[in-house]
Amino acid sequence: MANTNFEKYKSDGSLAGNLLEWVDARFPATAMWRGHLSEYYAPKNFNFWYFFGSLALLVLVIQIVTGIFLVMHYKPDASLNAAGIPVAFASVEYIMRDVPWGWLVRYMHSTGASAFFIVVYLHMFRGLLYGSYRQPRELIWVFGVLIFLMLMAEAFFGYLLPWGQMSFWGAQVIVNLFGAIPLIGEPLSIWVRGDFVIGDATLNRFFSFHVIAIPLVLIGLVAAHILALHEVGSNNPDGVEIKKKKDENGIPLDGIPFHPYYTVKDIVGVVVFLMAFSLVVFFAPEGGGYFLEYNNFYPADPLKTPPHIAPVWYFTPYYSVLRAMVWNFFGLDAKFWGVVAMGASVVIFAFLPWLDRSPVKSIRYRGPIYKSFLTAFIISFFILGYLGTQAPSYWGEKISQVCTVIYFAFFLLMPWYSKIDKYKPEPERVTWK
Amino acid sequence: MSNQEKVDCGRRRLVIATAAVGGAGALAVLVPFVSSMLPSERAKAAGAPVEVDISKLEPGQMVTVEWRGKPVWIINRTQAMLDTLPQLNGDVADPQSERKMQPQYCKNEHRSIKPEILVAVGICTHLGCSPTSKFKPGADEGMTADWKGGFLCPCHGSTFDLAGRVFKNKPAPDNLEVPPHMYLSDTRILIGEDKG
Amino acid sequence: MRNLKTLLAALLLAPTLALAAGASIHLDKAPDVSGDKAALQNGAKLFVNYCLNCHGASQLRYNKLLELGLTEQQVKDNLMFTSDKIGDQMLISMRPAEAKKWFGAAPPDLTLIARARASAAGSGADWLYTYLRTFYRDDKRATGWNNLAFENVGMPHVLYELQGEQVMGEDHKLKLAVPGKLSPAEYDKQVADLVGFLVWMGEPQAGLRKQLGIAVLVFLSILFVLSYALKKEYWKDIH
Repeated sequence: MANTNFEKYKSDGSLAGNLLEWVDARFPATAMWRGHLSEYYAPKNFNFWYFFGSLALLVLVIQIVTGIFLVMHYKPDASLNAAGIPVAFASVEYIMRDVPWGWLVRYMHSTGASAFFIVVYLHMFRGLLYGSYRQPRELIWVFGVLIFLMLMAEAFFGYLLPWGQMSFWGAQVIVNLFGAIPLIGEPLSIWVRGDFVIGDATLNRFFSFHVIAIPLVLIGLVAAHILALHEVGSNNPDGVEIKKKKDENGIPLDGIPFHPYYTVKDIVGVVVFLMAFSLVVFFAPEGGGYFLEYNNFYPADPLKTPPHIAPVWYFTPYYSVLRAMVWNFFGLDAKFWGVVAMGASVVIFAFLPWLDRSPVKSIRYRGPIYKSFLTAFIISFFILGYLGTQAPSYWGEKISQVCTVIYFAFFLLMPWYSKIDKYKPEPERVTWK
Repeated sequence: MSNQEKVDCGRRRLVIATAAVGGAGALAVLVPFVSSMLPSERAKAAGAPVEVDISKLEPGQMVTVEWRGKPVWIINRTQAMLDTLPQLNGDVADPQSERKMQPQYCKNEHRSIKPEILVAVGICTHLGCSPTSKFKPGADEGMTADWKGGFLCPCHGSTFDLAGRVFKNKPAPDNLEVPPHMYLSDTRILIGEDKG
Repeated sequence: MRNLKTLLAALLLAPTLALAAGASIHLDKAPDVSGDKAALQNGAKLFVNYCLNCHGASQLRYNKLLELGLTEQQVKDNLMFTSDKIGDQMLISMRPAEAKKWFGAAPPDLTLIARARASAAGSGADWLYTYLRTFYRDDKRATGWNNLAFENVGMPHVLYELQGEQVMGEDHKLKLAVPGKLSPAEYDKQVADLVGFLVWMGEPQAGLRKQLGIAVLVFLSILFVLSYALKKEYWKDIH
């Protein structure tokens, strides 16, 4: 809808009107407002699951704004201060204690990191439920997967910055994964660290990536994600194309202007989200040890590994997939295959649009096989996530192997089961109330 | 028709109420962010009042101490130095210290609590350079022949007399700042605080 | 659909339950003294007298202690042994490198110890409360001391004058062999105060944080009512 030609703004003679006319003659202000908000027609039957896109945008803004203010006080410096505490670690506590209101800005940022993943996981799950990745929205989905990848990189780089024990050892383990790549692995991980251990050089480059490089890419990808969405229009819980049924003015019969209808609706979603967010920020900023890990209140000590290292919760499903690979194939050892499997478990999402062969998009009209596979996939995802927080164990390994198989089967068998599955015919129009 | 208007009125009231409450919330959110740029506890600790012992400061001498990262001069003026001040009333821009460059208790001819002891921030009010002392009258220190002793800012040539008053027609607009200070005893000055 | 939501909720809760079950040693629950200014002041006094010789609290400034209801003069007279400026941090004179030479490992900075010691087994306060009460005599150790919560701990029992000396009994329970200056109940109270202070020190703004949180939630509730009414108002057009 962004390609519609909108008339330029005509002034009503007032000063503000004249100014707007002047601007609009030189910049597509009216066209952007109408194309993306007041005349962007979204299906009227969005449900609960459709809040998480706008919420993800909100969390991105929270992270950028709080991040800007944290950078004013944070110091990426691994050297020790007079009290024997690394400067980077001490600068985080400086923010928490000495900077006026610094604790609030920091807790918003640390809670925002976890909130980002919660919101994005729910947003992705919506896509799976209603087939939002299907033709013609493949590119929106691919941009989305790239955003997810960048978000993981952003979180990983950012997690080193407090320079606590979990920061240090988490980065140590993940960077060593590069060492699993045959031939170039070892030099590659040294190059990534800029040192033989995680050190000051690593901290400084991670800081650079976290505050400059990745945020720039993220913002660009988010813009592409939204532009692509507004080009083809939103999917909906019925998975039917509202553009197929239009009135005499070319407006979809089941479409309503995004503004004001979805702006006022999303405001309610934002307020509810902020309530949940505030509950964590003000009453449980550590998130039970999941959002801020207890061991990270110890400064990084390169000579002492904590007894139990687990990644932050949002990485644990993939970490479990990594640990599930214990076999050597083709002369390459298990460590290598673990890295491959972990990478594949994220990247495979990008191929969904071409793996799904079902004649319908939405879960509402899918058959029992798809529903079973999706349920099994979600359960496996949660079990993998839980096992990733736990110390390695015999049964943990076996269960994570089963779950890894289910995880990949959901994707790899999809061309087959989505085709043979039963389905109900899609309605002509969206179902409403 | 009237029904339609009623609906719109109710809607408008609701929009205004939500926008007002939401706007108030947004303003409240600004508070922590804006305040986080104020001096931190560390800066405050570093900028805490400084105690100076002046028992060894001979007449005609000057010491410089650091307070909040700025040079603060303490000058023990001789009677001859003090005598120059009334003579210069016509040459300085603000002879009666009308502008608020000093606490109320230093708004007097010598701009100090004790006549002989001047406490002043050694930062030129023009662009922030630190002036150099030119206490010797006459042309000996590169000044004009009628120079009666004072300070010269090396950056843009502003001159100040021995009470830190700026001379007319110089780039600096104001007299040198006198910081808040108090006497803890006859020879101990606390710079940065003036209330017991 | 509804079943799926229930399932998701159950799965979200499962890990917390499982984690709570996996405790290694039993930790005694530390009394909560966070609202008791007198207890926290006593804890501060114990801290500077017994801990601050070897352990720093390098992220805490002396003037922060004013928030415990002390005056500047009280802090200067009774609690400031390592510095003379009220805005200074609670540092120790021992340099970390020297400490490492003397003790093998530098005694850790205690600013954040109550937060760092939290685990699935209990809060950081519980761990500290258990730790400081379970030192016992052990001749096999160079220091002569061992501990139930922290096996082969490097620190000797600094508070033994107060608690006395415990020994490990046949039944693997600790027994008081030599009584100290305080009765066991009095000693527990002192440790509770000290732990309360360590918890406060870990996050001095925690009280303010919770108070502010309530105000924020009240505000958001009002905004929720308004925004929900606004949404209803607009959406009544949509049929």
